[in-house]
Amino acid sequence: MLSLREKDRPVVRKLLSAGCCARCVLRFCCVGSSSAYRRSYEDMHKELLAFVSEENSAQSHDAPGEGETDDPPNKRMRVDEDRVTPAEPDSNICPVCLGVLQDFCHPTFAKQVSDAVKKQQFEFDSLVLTVSLPAQLSVREHSCWLHVRKEVREKSMCLGKDDVIQVKDAFKWAVQGKIGQELGAAVLANSPCEVSVGFIHPETEEDCHFLANTCPDCFKPTKNKASIFTRMAVVKALEKISDEKFSRNYPCPPKKPNTRCSALDTSCLHTSVFIAGRYNKFSRELPQTPWVIDGERRMDGSVEELIAAPLLSSFRADGFNFSSSGREDVDVRTLGNGRPFALELLNPHRTKFSRTEIKQLQETINQSSDKIRVRHLQIVTREATSRMKEGEEEKTKTYSALIWTQKAIADTDLDFLRNIKDLKLAQKTPLRVLHRRPLAVRQRLVHSMSAVHLDTHHFTLKLCTQAGTYIKEFVHGDFGRTKPNLCDLMKTDADILELDVESVDIDWPPAIPD
Amino acid sequence: MEDSGKKGPSVIERYFTRWYRTDLKGKVCEDHCILQHSNRICVITLAESHPILQNGRKIKNINYQISDGCSRLKNKVSGKSKRGGQFLTEFAPLCRITCTDEQEYTIYSCIRGRLLEVNEAIMNKPDLLLERPSTEGYIAVILPKFEESKSITEGLLTREQYEEVLAKRNQQEEPC
Ligand SMILES: [Zn+2]
Repeated sequence: MLSLREKDRPVVRKLLSAGCCARCVLRFCCVGSSSAYRRSYEDMHKELLAFVSEENSAQSHDAPGEGETDDPPNKRMRVDEDRVTPAEPDSNICPVCLGVLQDFCHPTFAKQVSDAVKKQQFEFDSLVLTVSLPAQLSVREHSCWLHVRKEVREKSMCLGKDDVIQVKDAFKWAVQGKIGQELGAAVLANSPCEVSVGFIHPETEEDCHFLANTCPDCFKPTKNKASIFTRMAVVKALEKISDEKFSRNYPCPPKKPNTRCSALDTSCLHTSVFIAGRYNKFSRELPQTPWVIDGERRMDGSVEELIAAPLLSSFRADGFNFSSSGREDVDVRTLGNGRPFALELLNPHRTKFSRTEIKQLQETINQSSDKIRVRHLQIVTREATSRMKEGEEEKTKTYSALIWTQKAIADTDLDFLRNIKDLKLAQKTPLRVLHRRPLAVRQRLVHSMSAVHLDTHHFTLKLCTQAGTYIKEFVHGDFGRTKPNLCDLMKTDADILELDVESVDIDWPPAIPD
Repeated sequence: MEDSGKKGPSVIERYFTRWYRTDLKGKVCEDHCILQHSNRICVITLAESHPILQNGRKIKNINYQISDGCSRLKNKVSGKSKRGGQFLTEFAPLCRITCTDEQEYTIYSCIRGRLLEVNEAIMNKPDLLLERPSTEGYIAVILPKFEESKSITEGLLTREQYEEVLAKRNQQEEPC
């Protein structure tokens, strides 16, 4: 069943005469049932011809019968036969969809797409199909619409451009069921897994060029686009151009092409998966992220790489982005309950993991190195990761530092530190980070301190501070740029020999009981 | 008890390289020390051999207003790229220091770069400069251009070369 009505008959005839394919005919007759597009092309074509001839036998007065004056569509346009084209010349290529709704809607193409996806070994239970079409298809669509509208107007009916079923939709209706079936996945309007099919048609690329003269405003060169004739720009220019101007520059209906579209490689992209947890860093020779100076790698490994490696291979992701709640210097350890982190896994090919499997992954990370340890590993949403950075500044951090003093000190010399509460610091951006951060004076609080005497020149200082306080600078003073500093408080030169982060007071991600 | 308990390298020794320029603008012994951080930032200080630091002299005044139209105190930088900072060439004066004996000395930039800050603390407490010339008594912080971070120190003396200069100077002075 074609779901065509009597009033469609002249339109169908006109479209067939112009060489349009069966699915394009249905589109311009505004047939909105997806099943109509799924049928075999041969059947549809046959029925259309029958539909047109039905009318011919029962000729009515209102149709001047273009079908009689024109040749049957599949016998027309055997021109250009001696033209040298690499592709086999096919005179039946639709001038409107350039073949997208013909052979590419055949189940063999759906199979080809599915096989390409299977090859990449994605594991998913739903997908969304996206289609990218050559920009000039919009020009041809517009031309065909003007052509049909003339006919419809004569019958005092109207045909809005929005009523015409889009090539994209017709294509999806025709093939996506088959693709989903082949892959054993539901085809949804929204899915984290996107299968992309694209078409190009170099032969007709110049179709768009006249629009640059009629609407120069629409075609501003952009840096990252290869051509100014993007689909968006073409659609915009077509909205602006007058019918008369369009007809003067472009044939209605569009001319038949010699070749059909070529399909681009099918690509498949899964949205990122986010994994969060807390890490300890037990080494003073391990940077948090790879340390590169002048293009040269300093120090082997990094916290992020140690964590990411087993995750990348299990999720079969293409890459990752690491973020954390603050960061420690290379020579600083992070002890206690660890520091919250989140890892974005890009284009993961597998995303379903049970709690036990995640637990095993955590084990794998922890077995891989004794320099770090991860806990509370879990899959989280993208939105939840923002909790990690929320209120980062207001949170407190506790540290333990090994301090050297120039002056000899006794146990009792340290007692006064315990009485200092909420000490207000004025910290200029430390010289060691000033090359990449703005110069500013920041107020920071040292909430409390306590000390454990080690020998006449060494003690352990425990500090609880506002996050964002630079501890090393608080101790040695950074050329007097942090005021007051420990040297001021103790009235002697002091230096920091070792620093550990004892706790990062952010209760995210949620703890996972053992 | 133990002595000062000499620990390992100091902050300067750990993160900075010391560079020197001696007899600046031909003025004998007016030596400057440039501390370059591994991140290319430079801290300009007086070298320990500078006349201001000799013989228990006292400072009367430190003036960052180097001409009628230009005060280093007006220097402001904004953003990561430190927009707006005064750009200094090697012999740009940073400040003038007058001692209580009315001797005036000009301290120079020594390197090309963008002025990030001058040390205002020494204006109120000149003793900082006398007591801790290479740390809290610094003069200014300068950020060389990224592409010049290596070349700016080419004309400067290393610590060893500086010590040789001092040794020679001592030999010459003794006969006098
Ligand atoms: Zn078509």
